[in-house]
Amino acid sequence: MVNFNPRMQIFSLKIGGQAGQGIKSAGLMLAKVATRSGYNIYTYTEYPSLVRGGHNIMQICISQEEVAAPQQYTNFLIALNQETIDEHHGELVPGSSILFDNTEDFDTSKINSDITLLPIPFQELVSTAGGSKLMLNTAAMGATVALHSGDLQILNDLISQDYANAGAEMIALNQKVAKVSYDYVHSNFQDKIKESLKPLSDIETKMIVNGNEAIALSSIASGLQYAAIYPMTPTSNILTVLAENQEKYNFIYKQPEDEIAAINMAIGASFAGCRSMVATSGGGFCLMSEGYGLAANIETPLVIVEGMRPGPATGVPTWSDQGDLHLVLHAHQGDFPRIVLAAGDAQESYDLTKQCFDLADKYQSPVILLVDKNICEGDQSIPVPPSDNSIDRGKFSTDLIPNYQRFAPSPDGVSLRSIPGVGNFFIGNSDEHDTFGYSSESIEVREASMEKRMSKMDVLVKELPKQQLFGANDADLTIVSWGSNKGAILQAIKDFDNVNYLHITHMSPFPPDVKEVLDTAKNILDIECNFTGQLAELIREKTGILITNKLLKYSGRPIYPEEIIEKINSLLKI
Amino acid sequence: MTKPEDLVTPCSPNWCPGCGDFAIWGAFKSACVKQGWDNTNTAMVAGIGCHGHIINFTKITSVEGLHGRALPVATGIKGANNRLNVFVFTGDGDSLAEGGNHFVHSCRRNHNITVILHDNAIYGLTVGQTSPTSPHGFKTKSTPDGNPDYPISPLTLAIASGATFVARGYAGDIPGLTELMIKANDHDGFALIDILQPCVTFNKEYTHPFFQENTYKLDESYDVTNKVEALKKSMEWGPKQIALGILYEEKKPSYESEIPQIKDKPLVEQSAQRNLSELFKKYT
Repeated sequence: MVNFNPRMQIFSLKIGGQAGQGIKSAGLMLAKVATRSGYNIYTYTEYPSLVRGGHNIMQICISQEEVAAPQQYTNFLIALNQETIDEHHGELVPGSSILFDNTEDFDTSKINSDITLLPIPFQELVSTAGGSKLMLNTAAMGATVALHSGDLQILNDLISQDYANAGAEMIALNQKVAKVSYDYVHSNFQDKIKESLKPLSDIETKMIVNGNEAIALSSIASGLQYAAIYPMTPTSNILTVLAENQEKYNFIYKQPEDEIAAINMAIGASFAGCRSMVATSGGGFCLMSEGYGLAANIETPLVIVEGMRPGPATGVPTWSDQGDLHLVLHAHQGDFPRIVLAAGDAQESYDLTKQCFDLADKYQSPVILLVDKNICEGDQSIPVPPSDNSIDRGKFSTDLIPNYQRFAPSPDGVSLRSIPGVGNFFIGNSDEHDTFGYSSESIEVREASMEKRMSKMDVLVKELPKQQLFGANDADLTIVSWGSNKGAILQAIKDFDNVNYLHITHMSPFPPDVKEVLDTAKNILDIECNFTGQLAELIREKTGILITNKLLKYSGRPIYPEEIIEKINSLLKI
Repeated sequence: MTKPEDLVTPCSPNWCPGCGDFAIWGAFKSACVKQGWDNTNTAMVAGIGCHGHIINFTKITSVEGLHGRALPVATGIKGANNRLNVFVFTGDGDSLAEGGNHFVHSCRRNHNITVILHDNAIYGLTVGQTSPTSPHGFKTKSTPDGNPDYPISPLTLAIASGATFVARGYAGDIPGLTELMIKANDHDGFALIDILQPCVTFNKEYTHPFFQENTYKLDESYDVTNKVEALKKSMEWGPKQIALGILYEEKKPSYESEIPQIKDKPLVEQSAQRNLSELFKKYT
């Protein structure tokens, strides 16, 4: 049994069933009931690498505080199949409840006696309401809302929205199913009703997005005009959001034949003047490595999103990992400005995507945004971003310029950019080239071109934001980490007054303030989801600081707050 | 109006004297002058190989990309600005070996671009290895005992892959090439001109005399719309059997003509300032 007495109160709800039973849609709707009632949520979904079939499970973590990590424990389990009971009853903490369909002959004999059983004849209730077996998830939602003092009207609104395309009859029927189930709870389990979904008095409108959606929405808001994305888990959902919105917002999403084509198409579109992006995972990025350096050499802006999953090769395709940091920092031959950012949650995915587009234009360079599967596919509640966007294209002109030199020297390494079709002549030349773009192998041109391109990094490093330090300024232990570990770490350090967390979002150029913070740290713990501790190696390379305390996880599973608390305790010798 | 001097750059061609690339270059510049192609309406993309040097000698804005990757770059440029005439200069190694995948899929999607394939059946820039169009038994530095592989016909591959304008030219006929380039650009859809050219340094089989001896021009009785006949014609190779001219032409909407987002204006001419409040609402 999981030890559960943390300072941060998170209600963990889990819904499980067969693929095809609408687990994900019900889970997301319950999450929206929570956010519309004033709570923050984070969801975590596990699924095998199968198209259909198998066992699906979704966890919804609900809290009055910000939450961005899955939990090992469960407070409320909704079981639409036997497997959910068998595999997950052990996560239930004392005082938890399990909701299941007692028209099915589920075996509940293994469930601990301190867990409340909530048998509800879902199939009967659905039939009474005139619904079909496909609506069992709706019935489960109605009961769940009732059991946690939720507002049925919120659920009804969500059903209306979700089934808008299915027609009024379908909406009414689902609402009836939810109501019958809701009423059944009030008639039979009045004494079991808790308040975990009771609407709060102060409700801010929040969006529920996963990292993929945050990246796609932020791209559209940032003026994306051209995206070429070959499908690959875990970033495929980016292309889904882009594809369905391209006509309305006037940009092009193109599915190419492979990732090599993807990056070259995006480079072509960017060369012609469009804000452009690609998105992939580690394997796809391997194919893009070639084009990555082309973009840098012809000084063409490009945003590259890399969503990590466990490698090498096909690896563990539907799970998470942070093993590609070295890959993106070192991909492609030669030296060129390498700009690499890494988001830690959906909110940062949104914010850093915009930053990537701006940096790409400002420095006329490719910019990589690293995320991991947990960020890509975990839903998080975030405040609705400002709907108006300001776009800064940097040094960019469509005027006719006499004696135009695309790669003219400049103190910041960035020259005035033009585009084809406006009368200016220039060459985007993958060979080393002079200020017009003509091929050159002369010593003077080669040295000047290298120095011009590399000088961008000197300017950029000065405008890097400070890396975020969470928790106490004066701590006995400083955790350093990145990516989706952020949520679990922030939750874990709430239990300690003497532990803080340095969250790294900018990997290259390397932010100088990391050394300042770590130089004064009494003790450092590096937490990463990879085998070698790649961030710790980067810190060693850039600062000379050797971190010996590491918590490394490479099972493909997310890191849990409980594991971090245990590690902190062992280091602090409590 | 494009004048010949508008196309001049400070760089002198570094191709071998007698290289077929000179003829292709001359034919293209001639087409630019005839059609008014210049930096307000045209872009070039080249791959890697001897052909790729053309970007240094022609004052039309261009990308010289990576080996085999000219086609996807051109696809992106056309998507961003469909007002531009987009010309791809590529070689037999560039687009049939390293970039074979892009070649097939670019044909299939019928992008409205013109591809000029400098086909000399040899790797010249790497000083003489076999290429995908080299004949079986061909002796090169990489095949000292004779090429064990069989050649591919770029024309057959293009027609089978869905290209809608497929032609063959010969680097000994500059006016003929100019005419083909103009027709290819006028065609709405993917246009391929496979240009037979000698590599005077490394290919001693496919010489000017060989091409002059064995090629013929398709006459007016030839039906360019018959796909099956075109496929047959594209596979003919042998003494006096090599057809020149347009082998296949099909009227079919180009990829770009079917994208509503760029129906009225190219992407680059549209504002990217957007209000997303309605879209955000879907996620609340």
